Amino acid sequence: MMMKNSTRENNDIWRRFNPRETIIRYAWYVSIVFIAVWALNNLDIPWFYFLDAHIQAKDLIVRMWPPDLAYASELLKPLLETIHIATIGTGITFFIAFPIAFLAARNTTFNSVTWLIGRMLLVGSRSVNTVVWGLLFVAIFGPGPVAGIWAIAFRSIGFMGKLVAEAIEEIDGGAVEAIEATGASRLQVLSFGILPQVLPVIYGTLVYRWDINIRESTVLGFVGAGGIGILLYSSINQFLWREVSLTLISVFGVVLMSEFISAKVRQRIS
Amino acid sequence: MIENPVIRQGLIVAGLIYLLWSANSLEINWTRVSAGIPRAANILARMFPPDFGRWQLLVNGTLESVQMALAASFLGMILAVPLGICGARNIAPKPVYLLARTCIILSRTFHEIIVAIFFVKIFGFGPIAGVLTLTLSSTSFISKMLAEDIENMPPGQIEAIRATGASFLQFLNYCISPQAMPRYLGVSIYRLDANVRHSTVVGIVGAGGIGQVLAASFSRYDYDFSMAILLTIISLVFLGEFFSNWVRSRLR
Repeated sequence: MMMKNSTRENNDIWRRFNPRETIIRYAWYVSIVFIAVWALNNLDIPWFYFLDAHIQAKDLIVRMWPPDLAYASELLKPLLETIHIATIGTGITFFIAFPIAFLAARNTTFNSVTWLIGRMLLVGSRSVNTVVWGLLFVAIFGPGPVAGIWAIAFRSIGFMGKLVAEAIEEIDGGAVEAIEATGASRLQVLSFGILPQVLPVIYGTLVYRWDINIRESTVLGFVGAGGIGILLYSSINQFLWREVSLTLISVFGVVLMSEFISAKVRQRIS
Repeated sequence: MIENPVIRQGLIVAGLIYLLWSANSLEINWTRVSAGIPRAANILARMFPPDFGRWQLLVNGTLESVQMALAASFLGMILAVPLGICGARNIAPKPVYLLARTCIILSRTFHEIIVAIFFVKIFGFGPIAGVLTLTLSSTSFISKMLAEDIENMPPGQIEAIRATGASFLQFLNYCISPQAMPRYLGVSIYRLDANVRHSTVVGIVGAGGIGQVLAASFSRYDYDFSMAILLTIISLVFLGEFFSNWVRSRLR
């Protein structure tokens, strides 16, 4: 867009952009700033809140220190629950996302109607945030980890399905044709021609999504869908800031650990 | 994938054992859960037809979400430049690099909603907390990408520009910016799209946007209005994704 190569317009001084490019560049800058200012301006932000923000922040930090170590024994179980929610939710995703991905890939779907249905399901699943799914499933299953598991699964289906469908569309057609030529049924073509080619992608995205899901399941408790979020929310509402800080530290540890595991596993797979 | 059949089968068995163990350790109220299927049917029945009658609330909330996303992306884009440069190992001094990387990791770990709660405590309810939350997450995301991009640059150009005796600003302008700009713009546009998605949810803890309207309608069992909001969010996200893909394909 704006990265044209340098041109020599005037002989004495070298410039990266010629005058026309410079004008276009500045026009872009001005319009971006204009949009941002318009957006900020329309939000009706009470700027005087900023005046005492540093006092409020300092107050919070003072109240949070030191972390209430005696509280640690109560954290273990909800932390495990958080990990379970993410893991089981991701596991369920594997089984649901798979058939939908086949519908949503152009080369394996039945016809354009099934393709559209597959795509719509994926877009719908992806557009609704995990926490919003959580709201819905808490209304259905009542508060608790079951709602969290389904919330995680429903959000991940779109993510997994999209990536797997893209992988299916990019597979080597030769292998599929070869298997078709042996007179294999549609199911056999799927399991021997297509599946082996996309499995590495599936495992990779599954582990990656698991890592994201750990982070997401730490907040599911805010809407009542289980995990550490329930404790965090109640400590915040009771202004028990020293418990809050310990909970945050433990969340930090779990998220870092999951990120580390997922990076290691993906390194091994690829 | 895994050649050794013992390990392959072992992994499956381990997975099943894990499943049993975790299902046991979770405290699940099965009677309540089994009531879920008829409840789901009931909720679904009440969601249709979606009620677009209060479209003014809907439009205001959506507009607020989009404005939050735009403002946060812009602020994040600006703040990410110095942080990204400081976080690149090959051009920043070691202590600066470590400090910048620590900031990036710290702000990436916590989910937006946790961050939003703290901003709501400090700045009060409303879009201000939402904008700050999204700004924080955009800054860390864009600066991480930028830092990695700078680290992956071939050392030749860096050395060549340094050899001319260029000042640090000239170095940034003529060496780093031409190489990093296309990807930086692409990542920023992607982040705009992600911010639109996240702006729909920070409202649940009172940080403004359409999420606040959605949470309110859900807690009032106002399911047909919730469905209208959800449909609006889905189409908004779809549009945002379409726009971001279009811009990024033109940048390439």
